[in-house]
Amino acid sequence: MRAIDRESPDRLYTVTHGRVPGDDNPFDLVSLIVAERDPAEGMQSEHVKILTMCRTPMALAEVSAGLRLPISVVKVLLQDLLDTGGITVRHPLPGAGRSDDPDGLHLPDRDVLKQVLLGLQRL
Amino acid sequence: MAYNDSDPQVPEADPAGQLPAPAGQPPAPLPGSAHNGLKIVIVGGFGVGKTTMVGSVSEISPLSTEEVMTQASVGVDDDSHVRGKSTTTVAFDFGRISLDSSNVLYLFGAPGQERFWFLWDQLFAGSLGAVVLIDTRRMKDSWYAIDRLEHHRMPFVVAVNRFDDGPQPSLSKVRKALAISDQIPVVECDARVRESSKQVLITLVSYLTRLASGRTG
Ligand SMILES: Nc1nc2c(ncn2[C@@H]2O[C@H](COP(=O)(O)OP(=O)(O)OP(=O)(O)O)[C@@H](O)[C@H]2O)c(=O)[nH]1
Ligand SMILES: [Mg+2]
Repeated sequence: MRAIDRESPDRLYTVTHGRVPGDDNPFDLVSLIVAERDPAEGMQSEHVKILTMCRTPMALAEVSAGLRLPISVVKVLLQDLLDTGGITVRHPLPGAGRSDDPDGLHLPDRDVLKQVLLGLQRL
Repeated sequence: MAYNDSDPQVPEADPAGQLPAPAGQPPAPLPGSAHNGLKIVIVGGFGVGKTTMVGSVSEISPLSTEEVMTQASVGVDDDSHVRGKSTTTVAFDFGRISLDSSNVLYLFGAPGQERFWFLWDQLFAGSLGAVVLIDTRRMKDSWYAIDRLEHHRMPFVVAVNRFDDGPQPSLSKVRKALAISDQIPVVECDARVRESSKQVLITLVSYLTRLASGRTG
């Protein structure tokens, strides 16, 4: 089962006008994107779709799956919308997977872990 | 104290109505209060059951997406022939579990092969931890993934997916074959069974909690 169409790199190139996400791009795969305005006339169709999809919070990965565009392409599109105030981003809480242990272990915040465990047990 | 290898996992049939929405239906939207996205990565070789595990616990049918390897030096090249050649694509799938009104957990199924390394940084950055899915017919497939996880000091548990036609080594034999420390949980699972996959995730998060409390035994 393949949900992604095999598309030529040239089409992707057109969508982003050849841009790639900068190293300082703020988006994580699970950053939740929230539209702050309605789509406007003359917007790029991908921007319109994002603003429509993100009327309720939606993770970058879900936006990518919904648009059938690679993650890095979606990051460029989201950066456009962020720069113009079209969206806000709810970043993952710091703490998870960060290397702040002396021995370098990636350890998430204990309160977060507790909430995750409770949520899983309720499944 | 070593983690108990013989912990029984009793798989139960999936009660009707708990399956994810059928493919093709748009996934239910998250509540407006959702603000914290969390990640767990399920990594393993071809056909080991990654998508099955994601699907058995996810509240949505697994979604598929892809990443292309991008190189900053490549985008400015006006020779599109060269540009096309340097594009590498990896597909991966994921599911979602709304934990409560603010926390939403995403499960990513990631291919474990070396050539997909470029996806890994992105998947593992900020992840809670990982599940390494093992097919006992092809244990070597997981060595690279385990090496990388240890190198990145990303906590993980090992889940052994049993296939009927495969060898059935004991969990302690699996542990030995993988050369992992006694503290790392190794459990049985049937990725097709929701309760079993759920227990694997609970094993991981309990392990993370022990690590975070400094009680690693
Ligand atoms: N016996 C048994 N079969 C399983 C189990 N998990 C998955 N399978 C079967 O194994 C096959 C492959 O499962 P997938 O979930 O597609 O594996 P995958 O790791 O996503 O595969 P790729 O994405 O192609 O690498 C399917 O036919 C599943 O039904 C399990 O726990 N036990
Ligand atoms: Mg798969």
